[in-house]
Amino acid sequence: MPPQTMSAKTDATIGVNGTAKSTSNQAPPPMALPANLKSDLLNKLSLKSFKLKTKQQELLLRVSILFLVYVLAFITRLFSVLRYESMIHEFDPYFNYRTTLFLTEKGFYEFWNWFDYESWYPLGRIVGGTLYPGLMVTAALIYWGLRFLRFAVHIREVCVLTAPFFASNTTLVAYFFGKEIWDSSAGLVAAALIAICPGYISRSVAGSYDNEGVAIFALLLTFYLFVKAVNTGSLTWSLASAFGYFYMVSAWGGYVFIINLIPLYVLVLLITGRYSVRLYIAYNCMYVLGMLLAMQIRFVGFQHVQSGEHMAAMGVFFLMQVFYFLDWVKYLLSDKRLFETFLRITVTTTVGLAAVALGVGTASGYISPWTGRFYSLLDPTYAKDHIPIIASVSEHQPTAWSSFMFDFHILLFLFPAGLYFCFKRLTDATIFIVMYGLTSMYFAGVMVRLILVATPAVCLISAIAVSATVKNLAQLLRTKSKVTQGGSSKAASGSKASSKALLDQSQPFQRNGAIALLLGVFYLLSKYATHCTWVTSEAYSSPSIVLAARGAHGNKVIFDDYREAYFWLQQNTPTDAKVMSWWDYGYQITAMANRTVIVDNNTWNNTHIATVGRAMSSYEDEAYEIMRELDVGYVLVVFGGVTGYSSDDINKFLWMVRIGGGVFPVIKEPDYLVNGEYRVDKGAAPKMLNCLMYKLCYYRFGELMTEYGKPPGFDRARGVEIGNKDIKLEHLEEAFTTSNWIVRIYKVKPPNNRW
Amino acid sequence: MGRSSTVKETQALFQSLRSAYAATPNNLKIIDVYVGFAVLTAVIQVVYMAVVGSFPFNSFLSGVLSCIGTAVLAVCLRIQVNKDNKEFKDVAPERAFADFILCNLVLHLVIMNFMG
Repeated sequence: MPPQTMSAKTDATIGVNGTAKSTSNQAPPPMALPANLKSDLLNKLSLKSFKLKTKQQELLLRVSILFLVYVLAFITRLFSVLRYESMIHEFDPYFNYRTTLFLTEKGFYEFWNWFDYESWYPLGRIVGGTLYPGLMVTAALIYWGLRFLRFAVHIREVCVLTAPFFASNTTLVAYFFGKEIWDSSAGLVAAALIAICPGYISRSVAGSYDNEGVAIFALLLTFYLFVKAVNTGSLTWSLASAFGYFYMVSAWGGYVFIINLIPLYVLVLLITGRYSVRLYIAYNCMYVLGMLLAMQIRFVGFQHVQSGEHMAAMGVFFLMQVFYFLDWVKYLLSDKRLFETFLRITVTTTVGLAAVALGVGTASGYISPWTGRFYSLLDPTYAKDHIPIIASVSEHQPTAWSSFMFDFHILLFLFPAGLYFCFKRLTDATIFIVMYGLTSMYFAGVMVRLILVATPAVCLISAIAVSATVKNLAQLLRTKSKVTQGGSSKAASGSKASSKALLDQSQPFQRNGAIALLLGVFYLLSKYATHCTWVTSEAYSSPSIVLAARGAHGNKVIFDDYREAYFWLQQNTPTDAKVMSWWDYGYQITAMANRTVIVDNNTWNNTHIATVGRAMSSYEDEAYEIMRELDVGYVLVVFGGVTGYSSDDINKFLWMVRIGGGVFPVIKEPDYLVNGEYRVDKGAAPKMLNCLMYKLCYYRFGELMTEYGKPPGFDRARGVEIGNKDIKLEHLEEAFTTSNWIVRIYKVKPPNNRW
Repeated sequence: MGRSSTVKETQALFQSLRSAYAATPNNLKIIDVYVGFAVLTAVIQVVYMAVVGSFPFNSFLSGVLSCIGTAVLAVCLRIQVNKDNKEFKDVAPERAFADFILCNLVLHLVIMNFMG
């Protein structure tokens, strides 16, 4: 019967049973010969319709995978919103939130010209000219867009969810980038890897309203558009990459990485003999337009022509002109010898001019040298000796291997595998991704914070490894009778024997080997997904402003002390009161308590911070003088002795001493140490036991029983009984201590009446 | 001797350059004139800055960069329109010109914002 022959034929050749439906309503032909013809025709039709269907199936598959990855990237960052509430995390995001609030309330003109008198008292801060506006403007635009559509959202919700939204967008850009570098399947794997990679999640969870959330999207977008421009040589793509660069400059100070990586990449292409007119068009258009657009951001200003960090781009720009000129002359001249003479003259003059210009510029001080923040990337020991405030930030410490493993998991060994594949197929695009990967991995090794910048490169390169391996293995599976070469196996799986088999007899062995390897890949990737979700849930979803712990009976205990203290400040102090605290808490105090602070996280004035550090490390009388000079009304300290919270001010105290001592030589670090050891118990240095910070943290603590079986005054964070239990304050009085003693606020008493 | 041979060489160099350049098509020569004009304007501005000082630095930068920018964009146009470039064989010259116009538009809008 005709239907039987139809299905038998389709099963034999393709094995998809969807096509049977299209041929099922054919009337059975009366004679045998037309039946054969008709069956041939129907077969051809089914094949054609199958081909259409494959393309559509592929498209459907890709779109659905990308959609799922998009949603996944968003929802995996929502742990803290579900566990606590929708709030802004950490310290820096509070400043960003406050500025975004200001922008949405007062408008652009007020925002650009905002002088903030509520921070850095009595200096104030020119906010309009000292911030990167990209993040705030993006959130404000989203907010206004939603409001226009009549969604009555609060700006805080928009701010909290901006980072996950842009993380989802980053996965899309990663897909297109992977497609550009390798092929669309590598793009899909890259999108999936970057959606859950902990290195990126750490700075883009919901609530982490910080520049990096938007900046990584801008970074990857700029790189993708530039590589696309180099591949196509089109002016529109270069223009788009210039706009991407503009968005990056507006979003984050790390744009210096782009403006140095791209010239380095162009230089590498020139050296390896890959100069082409497409490269010329792409780089020149992007450089000139990008530089001009970048100078519109007031914070960046004229740095593109004056700062040493941007000179590489300008140098490569001139080099490109020289290359183009030489290329053009070579094309004009038919005689090789003449061209060589010309080449000699040109090269010597150019090199001479360039050296003279650079020398004069640097020597006269017009071209400023590399600033401390970026110089410490090239020389990691620089900050420790010269700039203690940069060295004190915990994110600036060198990275340990455990951090790499924690943040990358299997990508760590897939990265060299991917590099191997890239070197096997060297194109302009793969050279770029190799350079991006290697430079960013170097910097990630120097500073923990920069693992974030390395994450997209690592995900892309690992995606190439995964995609190429799986493709080769799947091809091995599909060939039934042909002998294929051994697919390149991953370095980790050691079954090289199966992949080297070339004989017919070992073919089923080869197939089994391929299946085993594919299962191994599947196992590794599922382990990766488990690890990433666990890391996100346990390590990167804490709001830092709300602390959680397990009680004695296993129940969850939440410490909301920070917000308790800030709201107390807001409701119980005069509106023009000035609060002195260590700079970590400045942004939170201005945003939540709405009070003027002396120093905050911007850390732009080292002397002011050193003054506060000096006040905290002096005896109460000297500190009182400093506080009267600064009009301080309240002092806020963070103390973790009752709860065992270890990021409190006593643990940060040595940095206060170092920073204060860096400007005021009267503060000497050895005064606070005993035999080089930092102690707070009976054996501590006398200056330590009587300095302001010690007194404020441990006031009345000597009477408190913190742990069963330990004497009163047992500091749970340091694990010792404190040395000075009988503390009397002369010039300050205790104003407020939160319920778990984490934040303590003291009021500065006015000077005594003379008589 | 050696000197006269190098002089002869440079003369031969210039001769061959001139004759080869005369053979380029007219539309490319027009673009070259435009590039030369832009660079000349930039040089004049730099000389002026050297004489009077660079006080509104943003104005100086915007002036010079607009000249350099439009020169560079014109060179890109020349590359894309040149029939001898095999990589751009299937790009219509109208498309190249439209790209050129668009980029120049963006360039000059930014310049006008920057000039102050």
